[in-house]
Amino acid sequence: MRTVAVVGASLAGLSAARSLRKQGYDGRLVVIGDEPHRPYDRPPLSKEFLAGEVGEADLVLETDGEDLRAEWLLGTRATGLDARERAVRLADGREIRADGFVIATGAAARRLPGSDGLAGVHVLRTLDDALALRDELARGGRLVVIGGGFIGAEVASTAYALGLDVTVIEAAPTPLAGPLGADMGTIVSGLHTDHGVRLLCGVGVKGLSGESRVDAVLLEDGRTIPADIVVVGVGARPCVEWLEGSGVTLDNGVKCGADGRSSLAGVVAVGDCANWYDPRAGAHRRVEHWTGALERPAVAVATLLAGGAVESGVPRPPYFWSDQYGVKIQFAGHSVGADSVTIEEGAADDRNVLAVYRRAGEPVAVLGMNQPRLFTRWRKQLAAATS
Amino acid sequence: MMIPACRLADLPRGEAIRLDVEPPVSVFHTDDGEVFAIDDTCTHQDASLADGWLEGCEVECPLHASKFDLRTGAVDAPPAKLPVRTHEVVVEDGMIYVKVSTEAPNLPPCVSARLAGGPA
Ligand SMILES: Cc1cc2nc3c(=O)[nH]c(=O)nc-3n(C[C@H](O)[C@H](O)[C@H](O)COP(=O)(O)OP(=O)(O)OC[C@H]3O[C@@H](n4cnc5c(N)ncnc54)[C@H](O)[C@@H]3O)c2cc1C
Ligand code: FES
Repeated sequence: MRTVAVVGASLAGLSAARSLRKQGYDGRLVVIGDEPHRPYDRPPLSKEFLAGEVGEADLVLETDGEDLRAEWLLGTRATGLDARERAVRLADGREIRADGFVIATGAAARRLPGSDGLAGVHVLRTLDDALALRDELARGGRLVVIGGGFIGAEVASTAYALGLDVTVIEAAPTPLAGPLGADMGTIVSGLHTDHGVRLLCGVGVKGLSGESRVDAVLLEDGRTIPADIVVVGVGARPCVEWLEGSGVTLDNGVKCGADGRSSLAGVVAVGDCANWYDPRAGAHRRVEHWTGALERPAVAVATLLAGGAVESGVPRPPYFWSDQYGVKIQFAGHSVGADSVTIEEGAADDRNVLAVYRRAGEPVAVLGMNQPRLFTRWRKQLAAATS
Repeated sequence: MMIPACRLADLPRGEAIRLDVEPPVSVFHTDDGEVFAIDDTCTHQDASLADGWLEGCEVECPLHASKFDLRTGAVDAPPAKLPVRTHEVVVEDGMIYVKVSTEAPNLPPCVSARLAGGPA
């Protein structure tokens, strides 16, 4: 293999580039990213960075003096993959020919239809999003967060700490019920009301009102919630439209085997854009978590360099963390299919909980709130139990 | 400074204990039977490495997955960027002693601020 092109220059792309060098790949390495920035860390964007506690320099993912001997093509978007020519086409007309391709284009924040061009309405996915939102939050006022998922909850928590008046609107009856199940979703989202942040559940958003600047959120039940700033936190979609027609099978992202390989030879996918087969779950899963974007590329790159399937082993159960209102939330495993959840330690009212999800008596997931030690023990047990 | 940690027999393989010195130090007994001591606080944020995931000679921070090499203190990948201090370990008469390093620790900004009496 003489040239490898990595498309996407964030955590998963950087991690793939590192894995290539670590695994002895010595050829030409081209990293393509549409953002103008060097790879940076996203989790702080809704937390310490949004709060103004850390700056741009602290987000840098590369370490001092790190040199991957890569050509970085930043600020340029990939628009297509030509399987026959084995080339990535770029928006500026250039073409990068390569023998191997790593797709690491991540995900993009979903927007609210009709909200484009209305000042005061934000999404949060990129550094530029965070800079714009941080400036607005600094002016204070009434913030309405649409979506009670992790990003929405973190923004609410950060804004609350900055002194804003915060309302969170969630269309589902219980926030976080998707990843955590209804019972634990209720307990974790109770953090909002503990702090006097209003949480409105089970009601959809009809639209936004305002001339050039948003002034309210209109709910489907007829209520109007006044707003100076609106953050839309309604999830993300995988950035794979540029691969349409390339022959790479797309199904909720790039559909991959357990070793990261796509339907096209010499093409692997990693990070938030990739829908890997998870042998633990017996299904494909697209996992939008930091740790997977960091760890999985080593396997995908091994597949690429080996020119085919490799023995990938069973990956650790997916893991993520979240920080809200000073509480450390950690989760590992898959809650779907669990038939029971029990609190093994702590108390729901204190928001200090170690809860274990089981299916037919076997642990399949674990949730911790301010329980890092026990959580790690359970996370290990989970890895051992289902491997 | 040489501080007694615990009896080797009381620290099973694969386990760690935290010593409440300032800043805290943790002692790891690896699955291979080796004993190491490093600063307990992750250099990224306020997490206890004794609560982390021990595998071989590496401990993974319980929060954000940076891994530290117990032998050298080196960190593998961000979010943590600085190594932790390592400390010399002596096992004598079945007792583990830690000789605390005199180097300056790499504490995360939030912890150094608290130690300096500033806001947490
Ligand atoms: C605000 C925020 C907070 C988060 N907090 C947590 C947390 O607390 N815990 C946790 O586990 N996870 C968290 N995450 C998730 C975590 O950051 C992601 O899982 C991780 O960033 C995924 O990395 P990635 O490289 O796959 O994708 P991304 O980071 O999305 O990077 C993909 C890159 O590819 C670029 N790109 C897209 N299309 C193209 C194209 N056609 N051509 C060129 N480049 C392209 C994008 O612009 C982007 O730079 C958070 C995410 C966000 C946004
Ligand atoms: S606190 Fe250790 S990696 Fe973040």
